[in-house]
Amino acid sequence: MADQYPAVSLWGGFIASFRRDMLIAARHKAELTNPLVFFLIAVTLIPLGVSPEKSVLALLAPGIVWVMALLATLLSLDGLFRSDYDDGSLEQMLISPQSLYFTVMAKVLVHWLVSGLPVTLLAPLLGLMLSLPGEGYLPLLASLALGTASMSLIGAVGAALTVSLRKGGLLLSLIVMPLYIPVLIFGASAVQSAVQGGAVGMQLAVLGAFLALAIVLAPIAALGALRISTNG
Amino acid sequence: MAWQWFHRLGSPRWFYEKTTAWMPWLAALSIALLLTGAVWGLAFAPADFKQGNSYRIIYIHVPAAFLALAGYYIMAISGAVGLIWKMKLPFMVMKSAAPIGALLTFVSLVTGSIWGKPTWGTWWEWDARITSMLILFFLYLGMIALQQAFTHRDTSDKASAVLALVGMVNIPIIYKSVDWWNTLHQPATIKFTSKSTIDPSMLYPLLIMVIGFYAFYALVLLLNTRVEILRRESRTQWVSDLISATNKRA
Amino acid sequence: MTDSVTKVKIPLLELRKLGCERDERLLFAELDLQLYPGDVVQIGGPNGAGKTTLLRALAGISTDYLGQILYADQRLPEAAWEFAGDSLYLGHLPGIKKALTPAENLAWYQAQSGAAIAVNDALAAVGLYGYEDTPCYQLSAGQLRRVALARLHLSRARIWILDEPFTAIDKLGVSQLETLIAQQSAKGGVVILTSHQDLTLPQLRMVNLQDYQPARAGDKTNDDLGGLTSDGAYHG
Repeated sequence: MADQYPAVSLWGGFIASFRRDMLIAARHKAELTNPLVFFLIAVTLIPLGVSPEKSVLALLAPGIVWVMALLATLLSLDGLFRSDYDDGSLEQMLISPQSLYFTVMAKVLVHWLVSGLPVTLLAPLLGLMLSLPGEGYLPLLASLALGTASMSLIGAVGAALTVSLRKGGLLLSLIVMPLYIPVLIFGASAVQSAVQGGAVGMQLAVLGAFLALAIVLAPIAALGALRISTNG
Repeated sequence: MAWQWFHRLGSPRWFYEKTTAWMPWLAALSIALLLTGAVWGLAFAPADFKQGNSYRIIYIHVPAAFLALAGYYIMAISGAVGLIWKMKLPFMVMKSAAPIGALLTFVSLVTGSIWGKPTWGTWWEWDARITSMLILFFLYLGMIALQQAFTHRDTSDKASAVLALVGMVNIPIIYKSVDWWNTLHQPATIKFTSKSTIDPSMLYPLLIMVIGFYAFYALVLLLNTRVEILRRESRTQWVSDLISATNKRA
Repeated sequence: MTDSVTKVKIPLLELRKLGCERDERLLFAELDLQLYPGDVVQIGGPNGAGKTTLLRALAGISTDYLGQILYADQRLPEAAWEFAGDSLYLGHLPGIKKALTPAENLAWYQAQSGAAIAVNDALAAVGLYGYEDTPCYQLSAGQLRRVALARLHLSRARIWILDEPFTAIDKLGVSQLETLIAQQSAKGGVVILTSHQDLTLPQLRMVNLQDYQPARAGDKTNDDLGGLTSDGAYHG
């Protein structure tokens, strides 16, 4: 009987899901750049709306860049499971002999690679536009890299909960944003502290702890939510 | 035997019929406690030497804040029980708990703001506890929004239970983070284990108010749940029988 | 229904007093069904009788049902992983990514649940030779359906659960699919399908869900059937 079971491996399934989502992302290049353009425009609004004064901007820069990065990640979340739900791939994932945990992980990893990572890499440029002092750049990169990964994971739970709702986008932001607050607090604080000449090790360690916790728990909550969403 | 009791508890009808007898007692208890606490706290407890009489708002503010947080846990645990044992009743409790919790959070925010005016000279202060309470309010709002978004009741119940659980895991993290973010706030004044920094003459009415709020919360939660049971079971025989019996009496 | 020879064998799939509920309305109940290797069962019934709900419960997408489903004598939610490796579900939605080519789509399924033959051979078998590398958004609805059906060739699963597999495919496709189902039955597989098509398979059994509708209270409409099980807990 055992030879009836497919000769597939956990790792192979993960790689296949990762490859598939990367391919899809590569074929929808326009969607890739949207969060980045949003990030850029939103940050540009700040000097226009507040003040172009360098001292004012430098004071606000860590918080502004972090808040905008948070919003940019949030905006791209809605599509995380949506197309899989619409074309029936999602129900196939639920009943495949592969571990759904790893399939969800693969999807979240791709989401981070195409939204969180580019946002992180673009952030120093925006820091420059907001005259962020020199000490802030490295902590900005590090905190955003850790923080956007946590946010992709936490956001996956919200995306999974709202995937079956036609107009889930705004609701998704509503339920996910409060959960992002700890990440925002420590992320922005890391940059702030660096600018003021303080240490950043503690903040980055906490962000790392958040990420570790999110890696363990968020996919489990997300896959539970996916099962519930496809049931209705 | 224990299981049988547990599963009977999962039956909305059994729950409805059992709680009918409790309602008047619970109502009497909560009114008595709230009246005693309020009269004692507002009329007999001494005035604060620094804040004068304005501190007396804690007799509403503190119990409301307690219950707002406890209510989230009650909601999340009901949701977890519903998910794990596939019972309907806990989901009804969860759904009934959400608006009560949101309302209590709102009450605690408003009273906090009113208290803040004479104390800090401002209606809104980004104090750690008020900020945490505001975030808790957002969590409740998200919960209610998600519950209402689904047309399929089963999906709505289970999805919001997952959200409540995620929120429950996050609340301590959010509270600690906000605490860390803002250390410029009054230290927590009520501790049941260690030495209290509040005078006993002020504390006793507060404790009575807290217990009274718990009783009142239980009463409102039961009322809400009973309405929810009737709404969801409206097509069953026992509800029709109940309605015709009530009509006959009237 | 079954002769004495097959009766001693363990059914590959068994439904015991199965019932499904939707929005507090019991769609069907007390459905008993044993599927032995070689069985082909067509689930019938009018719209809204619960055909899709039943197939989704069988496939393991939904676990909200009354009664039990057994896979080779093991209860299903517990044996879900073994069952997932031995079953294939095709629903209303094709489960095909339009941004990818047919070959890329099938490669993913191959990595998820293994394969009996090569991806290109499976595509050739459903008449999509030459379309392996055409993006799926350029294919017609019927061709898209065939990409999904290619999974039947690809898969090694013994249990096929097919929800309206004949939609959108042409006459030739229909007869090919019928042959494929007959082959699966001959290989000792089990096929459960819904279809509005009249099938000409000799081993076909019909199950009409209308026969399993819960007893009606008086002469009420379908909408008033609700709440029959609402007193108490689910037994999932």
